[in-house]
Amino acid sequence: MPFCSPPAHPDASQEVPAVGVKVENLVKNFGSLSVLKNVSFEVKPGEIFVLMGPSGSGKSVLLRHVVGLERATSGRVMIEGHDAAVEETRQHVCIGLVFQAGALFNSLSVYDNLALYLREHRVGSEAEIKTKVLHALKILSLENTAKKFPSDLSGGMKKRVAIARSLVMEPQLLLYDEPTSELDPVMAATISEIIASLRDQYRVTSIVVSHDRDLALNIADRIGLLMNGELIMVGTPAELKASQDPRIVDFLHPKFDLHNPRFKKLET
Amino acid sequence: MKQLRNICDGVGSVLALLVRSVGYAGTLPLQLGRFIEQCYLIGYTTLPIVAILSFFIGSVLALQAGYSMQDFGAKSFIGSLVGLSMARELGPMMVSILLAGRVGSAITAELASMKVYQEIDALETMNIPPARMLVMPRLAAVIVMMPVLTIIANLVGWFGGAFVSSHVKFIDIDSSTYFGALRHYTKFKDVANGLIKAEVFGFVVVLVCCSIGLRTRGGPREIGASVTRAVVTSLIMILVLDYFLTQVLLLISPS
Repeated sequence: MPFCSPPAHPDASQEVPAVGVKVENLVKNFGSLSVLKNVSFEVKPGEIFVLMGPSGSGKSVLLRHVVGLERATSGRVMIEGHDAAVEETRQHVCIGLVFQAGALFNSLSVYDNLALYLREHRVGSEAEIKTKVLHALKILSLENTAKKFPSDLSGGMKKRVAIARSLVMEPQLLLYDEPTSELDPVMAATISEIIASLRDQYRVTSIVVSHDRDLALNIADRIGLLMNGELIMVGTPAELKASQDPRIVDFLHPKFDLHNPRFKKLET
Repeated sequence: MKQLRNICDGVGSVLALLVRSVGYAGTLPLQLGRFIEQCYLIGYTTLPIVAILSFFIGSVLALQAGYSMQDFGAKSFIGSLVGLSMARELGPMMVSILLAGRVGSAITAELASMKVYQEIDALETMNIPPARMLVMPRLAAVIVMMPVLTIIANLVGWFGGAFVSSHVKFIDIDSSTYFGALRHYTKFKDVANGLIKAEVFGFVVVLVCCSIGLRTRGGPREIGASVTRAVVTSLIMILVLDYFLTQVLLLISPS
């Protein structure tokens, strides 16, 4: 049984209701290492919520909790009233995750990567699957890549194929893990625009984990800032820019001091 | 203590994977393509090496038996020795060891690579259980292909023994004498015992290799380490199981 039956026609996905996400007192420890320290926030239905923070601050771990790939030490993530840690939740809510490295199936062509979910869940005939896959590829301007294999694609193309693969699932909640990392500024802007237009077109709730300041300030409805496992702020892009908290100011506008570099301060 | 915990953890993971995979047995008709592909990989591509090794194992058995028996005038019994040894022990054992080295290592490398590069995570987020798509078709394929491979190994081994017996001068017994002794002493139950062993060994090898592959964490180095661990564990499992299975089979069907 498919965990979220996509509508019969691609355009009908606009009717799928968006879902809200509530993270409640989430704590995650790996042995003695505390990665998430009592993190709580809420994402409203249809919103783009960008979770920012320095590398190693626990952003991706938090995202893996939302999709049920990690078990919390304590606390929970609720998606539209369903606990994300429970397997059945994915039968009630359709969740797509765009992995940082794409996580495309290297042994399958781009077309088969997109068709896999539909075939495995027996969503329509092969002709209907073809229509859906080609539609998703068209949205992301990937029509010419259908027969290619992931190893033949550039970094930006892999990211777009990964987004297209999530899109054929017609998700109610779409999660992006560092969607613009390792991309040039123009391709990063393109991916940001795609994320925003997908929300506008399909009203899908989006949680984006990134340390890309431009992406966050341009497309986010709200931004959460995670530092050392603690959520130090949740607010709109305007509120973030106006913040006087030295940690936030330093994160958004890091100063280059070549005479007294940061790494030397850390050493002392 | 840590070693013991790791062993318990490994055994638990294999059993959990077994339960999950068997639970998806009903989806096999929907995965016929994958099942046939795995039959091809496990059976057809392993066949040449099984045939070559079986021929030479049968040949060496006949040579050694001929050398040992020539002083007792018991060369006419070479056929029975080769027949029973291949059917009851060497056929299933050798096919299983080849399976672990050739197919098991490939399975672990593939699944470990999928795990490390997050393809397994991607499957889980798509609500496609890896046990259903990646493990169950392989288990079904090995159940079908192990008896086929073992029967071929037995036949080729028997013919290897016959070839040596009739062509090596110090043995020099004709094929009808060789096969007469083989037919007289090698019964259906001996072949059946070997097939039961082959089924158990093959199933355990594929299950262990899948489990170790799916539990891999880290990077390329860990993929290599997982492959080594899978093959070593499989070989140990084959030898340990062989002893206990032989005991059980001797109890069930004594000579």
